[in-house]
Amino acid sequence: MAHKAGLFDLRLVIAVLFGVYGVVLAVVGLGFTDETDLAKSDGLNINLWSGVGMAALAALFATWAILRPIVVPDASDAREDA
Amino acid sequence: MPVLAEADLRLDAGPLDYALLAIYFAFVLGIGFLARRSVSSSLDFLLSGRSLPAWVTGLAFISANLGAIELLGMAANGAQYGMATVHYYWIGAIPAMVFLGLVMMPFYYGSKVRSVPEFLRRRFGKGAHLVNAISFAVAQVLIAGVNLYALAFLLNLMLGWPIPLSVVIAAFIVLTYTTLGGLSAAIYNEVLQFFVIVAALLPLTIVGLHKVGGWQGLVDKVTAGPGGSEQLSAWPATELTGIQNPVLSVIGIVFGLGFVLSFGYWTTNFAEVQRALSAKSMSAARRTPIIGAYPKALIPFVVIIPGIIAALVVPEMAALKAGDDSSGIAYNNALPALIGELLPNGMLGIAITGLLASFMAGVAANVSSFNTVFTYDLWQDYIRKDRPDEYYLRIGRLATIGGTVVAIGTAFLAAGYGNIMDYIQALFSFFNAPLFATFILAMFWKRMSAAAGWIGLVAGTLAAVLVFVLAETGVVDLPGQGASFVGAGAAFAVDILVSVAVTMVTRPVPEERLVGLVYSLTPKESRRHSATGEDAGWYRSPVLLGIGVLALTLVLNIVFG
Repeated sequence: MAHKAGLFDLRLVIAVLFGVYGVVLAVVGLGFTDETDLAKSDGLNINLWSGVGMAALAALFATWAILRPIVVPDASDAREDA
Repeated sequence: MPVLAEADLRLDAGPLDYALLAIYFAFVLGIGFLARRSVSSSLDFLLSGRSLPAWVTGLAFISANLGAIELLGMAANGAQYGMATVHYYWIGAIPAMVFLGLVMMPFYYGSKVRSVPEFLRRRFGKGAHLVNAISFAVAQVLIAGVNLYALAFLLNLMLGWPIPLSVVIAAFIVLTYTTLGGLSAAIYNEVLQFFVIVAALLPLTIVGLHKVGGWQGLVDKVTAGPGGSEQLSAWPATELTGIQNPVLSVIGIVFGLGFVLSFGYWTTNFAEVQRALSAKSMSAARRTPIIGAYPKALIPFVVIIPGIIAALVVPEMAALKAGDDSSGIAYNNALPALIGELLPNGMLGIAITGLLASFMAGVAANVSSFNTVFTYDLWQDYIRKDRPDEYYLRIGRLATIGGTVVAIGTAFLAAGYGNIMDYIQALFSFFNAPLFATFILAMFWKRMSAAAGWIGLVAGTLAAVLVFVLAETGVVDLPGQGASFVGAGAAFAVDILVSVAVTMVTRPVPEERLVGLVYSLTPKESRRHSATGEDAGWYRSPVLLGIGVLALTLVLNIVFG
């Protein structure tokens, strides 16, 4: 059966998206946050902390994807256990 | 939907926020293009070639449900009714999801059916199959329309985009990636959407809790507010059900919502079950709804809590709750109003992205399940049989386009209804409540006849419609969500009674045709899943995972109920 092997790794897609989001938000939180912004979110620098959190999520997914890469089984194996 | 235009919910979105939104859309479309490379048959397109790992299908399983109705509706219920809203999660989802994984999945996945209606065709033949396939296809297109309308409405409210333009843009994006990459693209995007939604709502909840003075501050303020301390406990939820007697209210919640409505929805709704059918093995398919149940149990904290907070810190919302609706704001706006109140540029962009992501998840789930049922259950079974597979792949793509176009049309049908939740609940109780009754009998009672299959379904659906009409016309007085709970209960009971009665006077289906479909006729080995290779390990045991999430839900009910 003609079956093209393997999808791209979703974990890396998640890592890249949240890596970008995390860095952008952290930079905004560190360098471009004025008093009005801070007052709005009740004194919390929420951009900075969310950015750090998202970067951490990105790192987690990247690590997982690198440590446990997708193994694409042969078409025949994949059919048997289904 | 009432006119909300007077209420000023316009968000102060800047270039940064739009840039974050644009990045997300680029990723969504990119996934569509990447997933396209793996589509070479109709099964690839409509069922992801049955190749996905359990964590992906599990997150997609709940993300498919995390649409417009879910987010805005549940935050709205939180603002209006308080903690009682958690029943939609802890009573109304978790037990059914565990039941699906442990009890029903062996028959769904094991029988190799490609859709929920196809199970009915193999079990009962054409009658029940046609009733279910058509009602499902119609309901999905209607619900896709509701999701699209809600999305456009919100974009108009928050960003000032014209409603028709928003409907078309959102539909176009969903259409592009689902037509290109099929179910894989829809599922991969659902997983991405799940994380974006959490990334939007978790910071919102944290800022909101900080604003009201932490958990204790929340408790104090709700107690002092118009709802009183009653809104901090989930039981007996008399306000939510509209049933004044506390005992009957609890019965309504447990039987109506917890048993009939939620089991009907989670175990027979193909938009959900399809995610599990695309898993790569029986073990992964059984784990799909159970893995999804863990985040599902925790979502109330980032949806309902912000709703409650919105009713405290957004002045117009607090006024509405105190009985003053002059600002024109509605409970459905609780979430966007809180976002506008608390989040600065940057997180504001993420929050807008998260809301849009959730709407698109809903629409994509509707469309990608509609196209499968249309292609396999309607077109292939009744219109054009025995064509080569490429033909059905092309029909699948065309059905995706057709379904989306019809959804755009129905988007404007939704405009006439005040509470999105009521509208959807009504649809669910019409189609879903009797389904669960039929499936349970079908899987565990081999005697049940083919005629009983479709007559039971039709009778149950009519019972739900009858209760709905009685409640709408005021013959039965059930405000709140009580009418849909009672309607679902009636549909379930009528379906069981009629199915049993019809079975008694008709001939059973020959037993040799029921192997793999009915419990007592399926050899034990074929219901088992493998526990070797990628399915090995105690942490991959469906039963253990299921017990774990039930225990978690019990603890949550005791602590926060």
